[in-house]
Amino acid sequence: MAIKVLHHGLATTVQDLGRPGYFHLGIPVGGAMDRFAMRAANLLVGNDEGAAGLEAVFIGPKLEFTEDALVAVTGADMPAKVDGVPQPGWTAFKVKSGQTLTFDFLKSGARICIAVSGGIDVPEALGSRSTYPIGALGGYKGRPLAAGDVLPVGKGSLASEGKTVDEDLRRKPDMPAELRVLPGLYWHRVTEESQENFFADEWKVANEADRMGYRFKGGRTLDFVDREQPFGAGSDPSNIVDSCYPYGSIQVPGGTEPIILHRDAVSGGGYFMVGTVISADMDLIGQLQPHTPTRFVKVTMEAALAAREERRAGLARLREALT
Amino acid sequence: MTIRYTFGGDEHLFVECNEEMSLEAFFTSLSMAKGVRESGIKGVTEICPANASFQIKFNPDIIHPDDILKEVKAIEGAAARAEPILKTRIVEIPVFYNDPWTHETLMRFRERHQDPAGTDLDYAARINDYGSVEDFVGAHSGSPWFVSMVGFVAGLPFMYQMVERKRQIQVPKYLRPRTDTPKLTVGHGGCFGCIYSVRGAGGYQMFGITPMPIFDPTQTTSYLRDFMVFFRPGDIVKFKPIDRDAYDQAVEDVEKGRFAPPIREVNFDLGEFQKDMDGTNARLEGMLHGH
Repeated sequence: MAIKVLHHGLATTVQDLGRPGYFHLGIPVGGAMDRFAMRAANLLVGNDEGAAGLEAVFIGPKLEFTEDALVAVTGADMPAKVDGVPQPGWTAFKVKSGQTLTFDFLKSGARICIAVSGGIDVPEALGSRSTYPIGALGGYKGRPLAAGDVLPVGKGSLASEGKTVDEDLRRKPDMPAELRVLPGLYWHRVTEESQENFFADEWKVANEADRMGYRFKGGRTLDFVDREQPFGAGSDPSNIVDSCYPYGSIQVPGGTEPIILHRDAVSGGGYFMVGTVISADMDLIGQLQPHTPTRFVKVTMEAALAAREERRAGLARLREALT
Repeated sequence: MTIRYTFGGDEHLFVECNEEMSLEAFFTSLSMAKGVRESGIKGVTEICPANASFQIKFNPDIIHPDDILKEVKAIEGAAARAEPILKTRIVEIPVFYNDPWTHETLMRFRERHQDPAGTDLDYAARINDYGSVEDFVGAHSGSPWFVSMVGFVAGLPFMYQMVERKRQIQVPKYLRPRTDTPKLTVGHGGCFGCIYSVRGAGGYQMFGITPMPIFDPTQTTSYLRDFMVFFRPGDIVKFKPIDRDAYDQAVEDVEKGRFAPPIREVNFDLGEFQKDMDGTNARLEGMLHGH
């Protein structure tokens, strides 16, 4: 069983739930930006949650199947079509041998997850099939897909055709989007007034938004607390002695445009960070389009843990519904 | 030094051993990171040491953030008493300074630089009070460098120059980061040297290029067959200036699987180093050349 790539879309990569354990060497966890959507897509077609699927951003790929398979498309609202016939999202549908899967224009969200029964069967690299393009590691030859590629697919079952995820289990960003943030790290480097402004202002997703990081524009520039820069940090007040960067951490080079590091994060560097997006809201970031108005919402650790628990409960309901 | 603890969201504990870079701060961070690893605190999933800080990733479903903070703080005392001695290795890395590839790149991004009229080498030599680029290269390759962090992108070493602070080379980063840097560029930003393991964005000044791969996801390079990343924190690096012919020869040797960087096991004692930097460096270099 294989899938022929007739068109790659914009940037389509093989992703699973990532390769933890190598961030100390600069190799990020990677994996689907929207983990919940990838888990759901896999469960819909009868795969393990951690099987490899495809992640496509803004524009879907065009794929030809060489054998019958079950497919599910989750995440963003970008309707799938089989030989031109529309298919429902968040639902397992059949694609027969010789048929072609295409996609309509994106309606909302940013990224779709495409799961195929049996999973995309590229070799594992450091325990994962996720693509890390900068390191030419994992996925299909370490890079995004291109027309002419032939993707191997594992052995799957067609048993779960028609299975669907209830509307109330699907999660989409609000408008404006709200991302909950735990202040910390180098939060003390900006003035109290700037701390207030950061959470009061409306930001917009900038064009530079990808798997490594999401940049935001439009809020007021942050002012720094005066200090003599520590040795080795560099002369700009936004510089620190190069440290690790947490996933979800928000750095603000020069105090102007916040950047949230995501699944393909650089592991460290010399810019101060104001805090970190809580784990419960990481999936949402991957569904934000450029220009989406966004508010950062200040939360406590307690609230972060409660939100995490809520996501866990949502995932438990998904598993119960689909297995 | 006062250690500062702060959370990076609900999954990371960030520990800053010192705001300022120093080898003492590096050793505190390294021994604390080691202490955390050895104590086997439940729920810890990853430990990432950095120059003067480190980060722990944990699963808050397994351990409450307050509890991990308590357990890590308990290690602080023992780590502070740990002897700053390291069994490590020294490696000699050939560098073709002022090469045509970084030169082409730095000219392409000249408008993002502090000194659009010159090159990165001219600029670094001038602001560090060297009379010529040759003198600057002499200083850059004249003493060893200590790998105090691996990261940013896959396998990239941050290197701290092993000389008194007043002799350390310091340069600002580009005014705006470049979108391109040749693979294996030898760069410098703040007080840190680096080798870009892969091609990509970067903000460090560019001084030259090495023919020696330090990251190989295919694991076909002879000395990267066991693992795809060459560097680990604590490695000591000595640069050796080479010319175009030697560079081309080394590239060919890498391709044919014949390239083998000189590597020797060494002991590094921070106390001994601080007492006599030049003497320690001479001993380390002597080991490299088989004395």
